[in-house]
Amino acid sequence: MSLLLGLTAHELQGLLVKQEISSEDLVKEHLNKIKKVEGELHAFVTIAEKEALQAAQKVDEKRSRGEELSPLAGIPMALSDNILTAGIKTTCSSRMLENFIPPYSATVVEKLQAADTVLLGKCNLDEFAQGATTENSAFGATYNPHELKAVPGGACGGAAAAVAAEEVVFSLGTDASGDLRQPASFCGVIGLKPTYGSVSRYGVVTGASSLDQVGILTKDMTDCALVLNAISGHDPHDSMSIALAENEDYTGSLLNDVKGIKIGIPQEYLQAVDPEIITQLQEAVAKLEELGASCEKVTMPYRDAVLSTYQIIAAAEGSSNLARFDGVRYGFRVETEDLDTLYKKTRGQGFGTEVKKNIILGTYVLSSEQYEAYYLKALKVRTLIKDAIEKLFQDYDCLLLPTTPTVAFAFQDERANTLARDLDIWTCPANLAGIPALSLPWGMVKGLPVGLQFWGRAFAEKTLLRIGFALEQNTNRTRLSLKGKGVC
Amino acid sequence: MGVEFEPVIGLEIHVELKTKTKIFCGCPMEFGGEPNSHVCPFCLGLPGALPVLNKQAVEYAVRAGLALNCEIVPYSRFDRKSYFYPDLPSAYQISQFYFYICKGGHLEIEVNGEKKKIRLNRIHLEEDAGKLLHSGSSITTSQYSLADYNRGGSGLIEIVTEPDLRSAEEARIFLEQLRAVIEYTGVSDVKMEEGSLRCDANISLRPAGSSQFGTKTEIKNVNSFKSLERALEYEIERQREILEDGGVIIQETRGWDEGKGITTSMRTKEEANDYRYFPDPDLPPIVLEPEWIEEIRATLPELPNAKKERLVKELGLSTYDAGIITGSRALAEFFDETVALFNEPKTVANWLMVEFLSLLNANNMEIQESKITPQQLSSLLKSQKEGKISGKIAKTVFAEMFATGKDPEEIIKEKGLVQISDEKALASIVEKVISANPKSVEDYQGGKKNALGFLVGQVMKETKGQANPGLVNKLLREKLD
Repeated sequence: MSLLLGLTAHELQGLLVKQEISSEDLVKEHLNKIKKVEGELHAFVTIAEKEALQAAQKVDEKRSRGEELSPLAGIPMALSDNILTAGIKTTCSSRMLENFIPPYSATVVEKLQAADTVLLGKCNLDEFAQGATTENSAFGATYNPHELKAVPGGACGGAAAAVAAEEVVFSLGTDASGDLRQPASFCGVIGLKPTYGSVSRYGVVTGASSLDQVGILTKDMTDCALVLNAISGHDPHDSMSIALAENEDYTGSLLNDVKGIKIGIPQEYLQAVDPEIITQLQEAVAKLEELGASCEKVTMPYRDAVLSTYQIIAAAEGSSNLARFDGVRYGFRVETEDLDTLYKKTRGQGFGTEVKKNIILGTYVLSSEQYEAYYLKALKVRTLIKDAIEKLFQDYDCLLLPTTPTVAFAFQDERANTLARDLDIWTCPANLAGIPALSLPWGMVKGLPVGLQFWGRAFAEKTLLRIGFALEQNTNRTRLSLKGKGVC
Repeated sequence: MGVEFEPVIGLEIHVELKTKTKIFCGCPMEFGGEPNSHVCPFCLGLPGALPVLNKQAVEYAVRAGLALNCEIVPYSRFDRKSYFYPDLPSAYQISQFYFYICKGGHLEIEVNGEKKKIRLNRIHLEEDAGKLLHSGSSITTSQYSLADYNRGGSGLIEIVTEPDLRSAEEARIFLEQLRAVIEYTGVSDVKMEEGSLRCDANISLRPAGSSQFGTKTEIKNVNSFKSLERALEYEIERQREILEDGGVIIQETRGWDEGKGITTSMRTKEEANDYRYFPDPDLPPIVLEPEWIEEIRATLPELPNAKKERLVKELGLSTYDAGIITGSRALAEFFDETVALFNEPKTVANWLMVEFLSLLNANNMEIQESKITPQQLSSLLKSQKEGKISGKIAKTVFAEMFATGKDPEEIIKEKGLVQISDEKALASIVEKVISANPKSVEDYQGGKKNALGFLVGQVMKETKGQANPGLVNKLLREKLD
């Protein structure tokens, strides 16, 4: 039975449809895996065992009644703990929401429920998705399933580790600067950040509203397309979500064919990258050319500005979004005699250091005296970055770069602080431009996974799926095994 | 010192929009319900909840802007205004700061017979905060405070004037006339006592003739037209005394204390919040199509100033009467509808102003709440004109109509109030009055012509006011002359 754990959603669905296995079996199998590895891994903040078993039984009943079910029905999955689940604790890995049980669910959660997927639990992340290693969780770090001494990446390290460690079949996280792609790369799973506006943000606790998108973590490209089918689409509750064609079927773009696709490789983003990763990337280029795509080095300006631009915008929006956690209506509260002290003590003790640093930075850049010098300027530079990327898309269908300049580093690595901050350089331009971005596992370096990153034009997820699928079909580098190491 | 000071006043007026639902969520705009019964994840500031703009609120802001001669800005945006307070669940108010929906504009007012144009700076859209109920007198002195978010997230427009007002009276008149314009547009109930119209005033003094501004104070907690005038009068005097003593005005926010009739300091400029405005990343910009703006313009009713001018020029009302009639849309419409049925505008205006308004005031009612219809008033006036009833009886009938909502004909019939115009019937009463009042008859015949009035009065008394006074007059003269 434990063979089931290695399978993808579409592979498992075949067995479920033939009723060779039940969803309950599948869920139990994964819950057992969770029990086995969680002590070492800590990918989860909350495990919803009872709810998961009930949901699985319900799907099995539906199946036995012959009801028509979605391709994800009965599949065990997990959500990053900043995605609201009615009745199930949603903590954002913060003391502030340690005991917060939301009265409503995020739109993506409702969509996954409508598809009869089974939620096993809520995954650890950096507090309020602020961080790059999952070390900033108020409930302790998550560990990399491939190497427990290494960070899993972040902010959504738990969601990536849970898929990599086969605790769930797929998971959702959020990505405001690479928070999903970077841990996908470190943990060796597929991470897709869709175009801004294509997936609803309603019910997702976001730090940076204009950058954040709910994204998908899977073991293969077909699952990625299936989950995207399930969660994308216009949501009347999210004014920034975009009405595209209803019921888009992304599996249609899973073609083993990249002939004629023009790929640009921004050379600025090959700087300061581990040479071994560069070698891996060159092998990917050779493979893509062999399959009929054309690859060229291109120039993408403003590399030196992306980090500060991102940080100013994210801190500004984050400081505002997190202002609601004031101890008045819900969540953590320090009982005091007067209102001012209530605010100060609740926020002082409820938030962790990284979050407080960002709030202070955001408050500063939005202050009336600094607004023009920082926030307004960052908005202008953001436009320049976006325009530069869009200009490249006039000539290229896709941009290719490493997801990270290094493989996962050790927890105690003295370079960790600088590295963690600089990682965003390779990922956050896609958030600043609002375009879709895919991180695809591409072999190992030093025994740890490497991720290739592909950026597409806005709403051109199909191009990314097609490239990822072709590489997956023609190589054995995209599905990384845990055999013999880490938490296996 | 001998320096004459001139007050410089600008107003910031909040108008609550009468939309069906709140401005950024689907909660109903109904008040007085159980506390926190009209709330949702968004208006409670729960994590993850997002705003969705109510189109009707935008339409109403445009409507108000058009009625106030504003430039409607085709591209506007929402900004977050940040501060911590328990009535503001997300710790920011969604407002418009950098790009607002209506620019400029003006309203012409009439002060002591002189017309004056008061310029507006802008109108912007924003959301309202919730309501707090303190166990003590304020949040800092209370054991506990209760928060009700039913009102939180209601749509508001804030109308900001230029500093064009020059006296407390002018400010009050402006606010009254602005209220009338907004009421005409139908976008709000504009009731100060219910909080759907709120006004803060900025006031400074400067030496008469100076073109520079003095240091201003902002007056809050003004909750009626009269208290706006009183608060400003008080503040003008307070500032004048300080300046005359050679002192300086501190820039601050002051609260009006209605009971004591004074303003007191709430916070100084140094204590003011930095609101850290920035564009709300959860809301797309408002982009208005010119066609839509024109569609809204086409549905605007005739506004108070235009209506007033028409009543004066075309219907011959005095400026004063026209001002009162057009003071509220409901009264003006009642007037128009009555005149359409009974084409004597001055008579109708008199009836509305004297009889109708005094009954409404005495009963503390709005015209919309009254049972009387324009059809009923016009048929009452017709009966009077045709001599069926006297003017005095008409007033009695009107009071009965007001109380019961019955048609005038029914009341006249029920109570037997039809005027006696039958000469034979009246002749015997006239005889009786003549024989009962020999002294008056003698006086009249001796040249005291006004003694006739007394005799007419006696006949009216005998007939309980139902006799046709003209006929009584004629019969008496025939007998006595």
